[in-house]
Amino acid sequence: MLNASLKELSAALAQRKISSVELTRFFLGRIEKLNGSLNAFITVDAEKSLAQARAADQRIGKGGAQSLTGIPVAHKDIFVTQGWLTTCGSKILSNFIGPYDAHVIERFNDAGAVILGKTNMDEFAMGSSSETSFYGPVKNPWNHDCVPGGSSGGSAAAVAARMAPAATGTDTGGSIRQPAALSGLSGLKPTYGLVSRYGMIAFASSLDQGGPMAKSAEDLALLLNVMAGFDPNDSTSVERVREDYVRDLEKPLAGLRIGVPKEHFGEGLAADVGRAVEAALKEFGKLGAKRVAIGLPNSGLSVPAYYVIAPAEASSNLSRFDGVRYGHRAKEYRDLADMYRRTRAEGFGAEVRRRILIGTYVLSHGYYDAYYLKAQKIRRLIANDFVEAFKQCDLVIGPTSPTVAFKIGAKAADPVQMYLNDIYTIPANLAGLPGMSIPCGFGAGGLPVGLHIVGNYFAEAKMLNAAHQYQRATDWHQRAPAGI
Amino acid sequence: MPLSLDEVRRIAELARIGISEAEVQAVQVQLNDIFELIGRMQKIDTDGIEPMSHAQGSALRLREDKVTETDRRDLFQSLAPQKDAGLYLVPKVIE
Repeated sequence: MLNASLKELSAALAQRKISSVELTRFFLGRIEKLNGSLNAFITVDAEKSLAQARAADQRIGKGGAQSLTGIPVAHKDIFVTQGWLTTCGSKILSNFIGPYDAHVIERFNDAGAVILGKTNMDEFAMGSSSETSFYGPVKNPWNHDCVPGGSSGGSAAAVAARMAPAATGTDTGGSIRQPAALSGLSGLKPTYGLVSRYGMIAFASSLDQGGPMAKSAEDLALLLNVMAGFDPNDSTSVERVREDYVRDLEKPLAGLRIGVPKEHFGEGLAADVGRAVEAALKEFGKLGAKRVAIGLPNSGLSVPAYYVIAPAEASSNLSRFDGVRYGHRAKEYRDLADMYRRTRAEGFGAEVRRRILIGTYVLSHGYYDAYYLKAQKIRRLIANDFVEAFKQCDLVIGPTSPTVAFKIGAKAADPVQMYLNDIYTIPANLAGLPGMSIPCGFGAGGLPVGLHIVGNYFAEAKMLNAAHQYQRATDWHQRAPAGI
Repeated sequence: MPLSLDEVRRIAELARIGISEAEVQAVQVQLNDIFELIGRMQKIDTDGIEPMSHAQGSALRLREDKVTETDRRDLFQSLAPQKDAGLYLVPKVIE
């Protein structure tokens, strides 16, 4: 059960070898045993989970099961969940009980999946290490002294330590892919607009995208089948024909053109990561793929542009947290303005405050052209790089993160060093392209290395096909941390 | 162009985030590090490049002008820090 795929779990449920209640109890037991040391979950509510599991068992009994019916899934605490505490990793939402369900949660509920709990994360998804959470840092199951990556680090640690068969995450600059890489998982950020943002607490609305995190590409395909789809409640949700993301998994890769961007193999890439990625590219060659040298000449500008655009959007989105309608309010204040100042100073952690200040500055009178407009032009250059690249190749492949997982506290005092973690993942967000990370080996300290795969718009099925074929030929994705 | 301490205080006031005199200097240093990183953009010639505000170029959808929401005031107000008779309470603004 510990290492079973979603397909295997689904089959076991269908054949009544196990009930959803038993499965849910099993993973709740895992959480009870391991969460004290890993801090992957902010909220667990066994009663609620088991009620859903009982309903799932009835549904299976009546023959109305879908592929994920009865399967427990952990959700990043950024998804508003009715009746569940929904904190977004922040003190300012430490008393916020979800009054409705995010569209993603609704879809999992409709599919009959079980909400296993709400996972820890960087506050408001701002971070690459899951250290900025008000609820304490998440530990990497491969080495408890290391970060699991972030911001979806709780979801990553939960799946890596087999406390959950699968989880959801969100990705604004790499927050699904980087923790998937650092924790030895598979994670997918879909094309912008594929998964509804309704009820997904906003960080940078033009970049935010929800997606699945799991042990394999095949599991990701099953999860994406549930998560993706049009939602009238999200003005940027894409209206298009539904796809089955499982359909192409078994296609051979002969003739697939893999673009390898030289800019992602230069200065800053750790040698151990580079070696694992090179070996993976060779493996793709054995599977029949063709290697094409490409350039993404502006990708070095993605971090500077991102740290204008994302904070600008965040400063606007987070203005709603004012202590008036919900969330934390300061106890003492002189007047309304003082109430805002104190509420927000107390309610937000240092990193969130920092990004609101950056965003406020770049949008303030007299600076808009020099920063925000400039960053939007750079964003266009970065997107155009991919337009050129996809004329020569089908997928762009490189490292997900420049290094393996780093020590907790190692970069916490230096925001710029932390920001540079996302140098390979941010371009896909700026362009709105789908990106994924799959395990491709181990580096220093026996820590996992992630392989980054970027596809053209709505090429998720092709990316999952490539990832699945790689995972049929290798077993990196089946490795689990010792002692779990 | 590094930010002065006064600019940091002014931004904090615009953002309605209280900042103590003890922390303003540390915040200034960190913001200036970040703006140094951001400053790498300025060397790039972007004349004639169309700004990209969004991943999708398409226009926003329209919908029929009819009521889609039900009244959930009581549920939403159950989350309010202070309320009375269906209203959200804040400190007095006008004497």
